[in-house]
Amino acid sequence: MATPTTTGTDEFVKGLWKENPVFVQVLGMCPVLAVSNTAINALAMGLATAFVLIMSNIVVSSLRNFIPKEVRIATYILVIATFVTVVDYTIQAISLDLYKALGAFISLIVVNCLILGRAEAFASKNTVLRSTMDGLGMGIGFAFALFCLGAVREILGAGSLFGVQLFHDRFQDWVVMILPSGGFFTLAGWLLIFNWVKQRKARAVALELGKEAA
Amino acid sequence: MADESLWSIFINASLVNNFVLAYFLGICPFLGVSSKLETATRMGGAVTFVMLVSSICAFGIQALLVAIDAPYLKLISFIAVIASTVQLVEMLIKKFSPALFRALGIFLPLITTNCAILGLALFQTNKGYSFVQCIVFALGAGTGFTLALVLMAGLREKLELAEVPDVTKGTALALMLAGLLSVAFMGFGGLGG
Amino acid sequence: MSDSELAIRPAPTSAWHMYRAMVGVGVCCGLLIVSVYQATLPVIERNKAEALQAAIFHVLPEARVSTTFGFDDAGGFEPLDDESQGAARIYAGYDEDGGLVGLAVEAQGMGYQDVIRLIYGYSYTDDAIIGVQVLESKETPGLGDRIETDPGFLENFERLDVSLLDDQPNLANPIVAVGHGKKTHPWEIDGITGATISSKAIAEILDRSAELWIPRIEGNLQDFEGGN
Repeated sequence: MATPTTTGTDEFVKGLWKENPVFVQVLGMCPVLAVSNTAINALAMGLATAFVLIMSNIVVSSLRNFIPKEVRIATYILVIATFVTVVDYTIQAISLDLYKALGAFISLIVVNCLILGRAEAFASKNTVLRSTMDGLGMGIGFAFALFCLGAVREILGAGSLFGVQLFHDRFQDWVVMILPSGGFFTLAGWLLIFNWVKQRKARAVALELGKEAA
Repeated sequence: MADESLWSIFINASLVNNFVLAYFLGICPFLGVSSKLETATRMGGAVTFVMLVSSICAFGIQALLVAIDAPYLKLISFIAVIASTVQLVEMLIKKFSPALFRALGIFLPLITTNCAILGLALFQTNKGYSFVQCIVFALGAGTGFTLALVLMAGLREKLELAEVPDVTKGTALALMLAGLLSVAFMGFGGLGG
Repeated sequence: MSDSELAIRPAPTSAWHMYRAMVGVGVCCGLLIVSVYQATLPVIERNKAEALQAAIFHVLPEARVSTTFGFDDAGGFEPLDDESQGAARIYAGYDEDGGLVGLAVEAQGMGYQDVIRLIYGYSYTDDAIIGVQVLESKETPGLGDRIETDPGFLENFERLDVSLLDDQPNLANPIVAVGHGKKTHPWEIDGITGATISSKAIAEILDRSAELWIPRIEGNLQDFEGGN
């Protein structure tokens, strides 16, 4: 195997922006839209997913030479389902209200394509340390993206952030933001911004190259 | 426990609380497979079938787990059953319709990670549906999923020829469409109550 | 095929390796799940009991202690310990002196969007429902969910008449929801404008549950005496 040219920090950082699971890879969408109607729900969901991602990356990476490739998907799913069950009971013990708000979507973390994708694409082929950094980066990137969504939806849809009222009473809430459609629109909005930034950068690079060639 | 009529369960699952547009389940295939009308219909059919089988198995598993008092094994057993059902469906399709198998391609094994199927199993367990109610629920959910997929595919096919700003091309456009569809489906609220 | 090519192709994994991996991982996962479950179980049970107590005391404002009662057609009401599952149950609330304040009953039914679960408090001295708390609802935010917060709507439940017909196990007047501002009788619920269906749903849930439980309670009041 060729010596990796990226450092551990690189693995961490790429998950935050360049390969952000939500805005760039568009993976793991179901919980992103469903649980992001308030900032606190979104953040809790993001952190729960990040936890499962990191733990599963660590376990898959440590066992990568032990698990034969024919049964790898089945074992990965087994490991992921275990950690999701752990998170499920932990959240129930911490706060019943939060558990009711997140509901079935905690269990649905197990089918989040992001976690299985990282296990297959990265953790099974890299050392434990690098896999942990990868999990951390992707997890935090995911939680951050979820928070962006949740914050916008809560601010516009309920006039509050983390339950703290931001606008005075006369602010008409955009109730649609809390409804499912709002989730679609908000994510579309963020993706638009992302694409626009990417295009501007590409154009700037092309201009530079054009100038040099001329 | 639940005293909803069968008809109301069906309407609820397919229209009022559509799995894709209201519960956000099954978004990955929704965004991925909905660009061509034909693939969309077939995917919808495959998903409905897997939902039916999984629903029946989930009902049985839940009864078993309650009997042996091991509720914590619910998630693992459900996902194992779903994965096996998808394997089975894949083998069946490969045998009886190789053309369909080729058309669906990678999306067939991806049904395993389709949150809609696991979501279905979890919802029906939470609501405590009886066996017949589970079947109707699964049929309703599958119909709703297929409906959303087909509508989306139709819309996207038309939009392929329209002029849209560059920044919106791709997923952003699909999401905005989905948002509008979701608002439209809200009109079904209160039906079958 | 030359010897070197055979050597380069990796040997197929033996069945033993596959079983070892799956079973090994499976057992470890199982152990982890069971230990977390056992560790969190007492905390979760306590949380649930606390939440239920809070709800009971909210709908029976003068109660300080509550006891769970199960019902069966033959024997009337018997005190239940919480372990028994599935039995039809209600909760009796007692004040500090051990006097019966009222009974709290859980009920559920279909709302506008999805199922609504609530708990209501019944006072036999007033022949009325004296408190309602919505436990779970997914009604439309800003519209239907005002059944939980609208002060005018909640006033309905300070004294919602549920008296029985003389000598009959039926409500004298069924609980109905009427248009906003049109309430004239103590057994009517003043609806919320813009949330008609949610208001009607609450009325139906309460009516159905009251029809079932109030006659049972009235017929077996002695079962609750000295129940704490």
